[in-house]
Amino acid sequence: MLCQKCKQKQANTHIKQVINGDLTEMDLCSECAAKLGFESSFSDFLDIGSMMSSFLGAPMSTALAREDACPRCGATFSQISKSGKVGCSACYDTFFDRLLPTIKRIHGNTVHTGKRLRTARLESGDASEQVLERSDENKIEELSKQLTNAIKTQEFELAAQLRDKINELKAQKGEDNNG
Amino acid sequence: MDKKWYEKNGRDGNVVISTRVRLARNLEEYPFPCRCGSDLRAQIENKVTDAVVNSNSVISSRFSRVDVDNISTEEKVSLVERHLVSPEFISDKREKTLLLLDDESVSIMVNEEDHVRLQVMCEGFDLDRAYELASRIDSLLDEHLKFAFSDTLGYLTQCPTNLGTGMRASVMLHLPALHAAKAMKKMAENLSKLGLTIRGAYGEGSEPSADLYQLSNQITLGISEKTAIENLRNITKQIIAQEMKSREAMIKNIAVQDKIYRSEGILRSARQIDGSEALQLLSNVRFGVTEGLIDSIPLDTINSLIVEIQPATLMRKTGQKLTPAERDKVRAELIRSTINR
Repeated sequence: MLCQKCKQKQANTHIKQVINGDLTEMDLCSECAAKLGFESSFSDFLDIGSMMSSFLGAPMSTALAREDACPRCGATFSQISKSGKVGCSACYDTFFDRLLPTIKRIHGNTVHTGKRLRTARLESGDASEQVLERSDENKIEELSKQLTNAIKTQEFELAAQLRDKINELKAQKGEDNNG
Repeated sequence: MDKKWYEKNGRDGNVVISTRVRLARNLEEYPFPCRCGSDLRAQIENKVTDAVVNSNSVISSRFSRVDVDNISTEEKVSLVERHLVSPEFISDKREKTLLLLDDESVSIMVNEEDHVRLQVMCEGFDLDRAYELASRIDSLLDEHLKFAFSDTLGYLTQCPTNLGTGMRASVMLHLPALHAAKAMKKMAENLSKLGLTIRGAYGEGSEPSADLYQLSNQITLGISEKTAIENLRNITKQIIAQEMKSREAMIKNIAVQDKIYRSEGILRSARQIDGSEALQLLSNVRFGVTEGLIDSIPLDTINSLIVEIQPATLMRKTGQKLTPAERDKVRAELIRSTINR
């Protein structure tokens, strides 16, 4: 398909936009998309304080029309995007799909690799290896969920990263079982 | 009494004044601070305080609770000037608590942007020491409090910018030569590409003053604490080398030498001096000391003066409210008596 704007280059970016409740869709080439401000540029997120609210409410949002609230704290997504503040830990589950592009933009990553909560391991008993394996299992499940979403929202770069990560974890698990 | 970290000179002290590591944590069972009313905030204060006091470790008895809502404005502002709390923390009117270690090297802000902001400070360039202590206290708290954590997103924070490790590590740098060479803007651009950020000494939004800069990691998700610290360490080392090279070249210039000696002269004899002039002159003298032009003033004296001459800390020390004019006089006296000793 050709870009709807310049009608010369191949379209590779699909834009869905909700303005005042009207949904518009466009297929653009990456240059035209960038010109219209649909590119997620890597350098601008460093001034985070002032950027937060603007990228949570970035034009890529597709589901703003339906306003559901977090079942635990009652925060809505528009409240979160306006203030740049997430309501509670459950909001990260409730609005996961919509927060993920922002998280990806801020950090360039979506999967934690640092220190882990110790109480979680202690509570599950002393067999630390078992606990680790189970958390790997959870991780694969979680990542698969993210992968499905990434494909749905056409974030193919993110999808590819998630796929690699899942394969890596699966391979590790396989090795552990064999060894 | 033992000297505080801000009264000492540490490793690589020619350029690095101090090191800070901060961890952001939240309690799983409560909404984040933006959605907590008075009663919940009070519960959180008590829970965190109890966890610190009952942590069954030698360190727990060395913490005291500072009732930030009921201390004088000077006391409050002085906490910021000593880098023990953020400016946002004291300006927030809602319930909050500060838990402070006796030597002021560890502060735990309760109900800041997150329920728990644990920070460790130390003199000089010592990221490992600061992180190890922060992580140890975090683990102690972890035994008593249930922190909000997700397998994929790591520690959950009110602002998504802190997700993952919740760690911000930073070094306070004195960069008179790079500042004079107008290299800072370009450097800030390059650093941002490496996931680091450099700004004024008092953090977000503050203007750099007296050639003091704060360099910190920006990314917290998908990068381990160890890697983030390693990155920060390597870049800091490069900046130290560049700064020292520029100082060596600059110091040969007679105009630079003249400025340094004049600054020393003013500090030794002035009868009144405002805060920003004093800070700039101390910066010039500090430069002179590291390049061997001045040998009668130790760096730890300069480091401690940089904090002590700040308005609120000055009034805290004298124990009375002073007008700006009175402060300028007291400040000049303090500097004279300290460096002419």
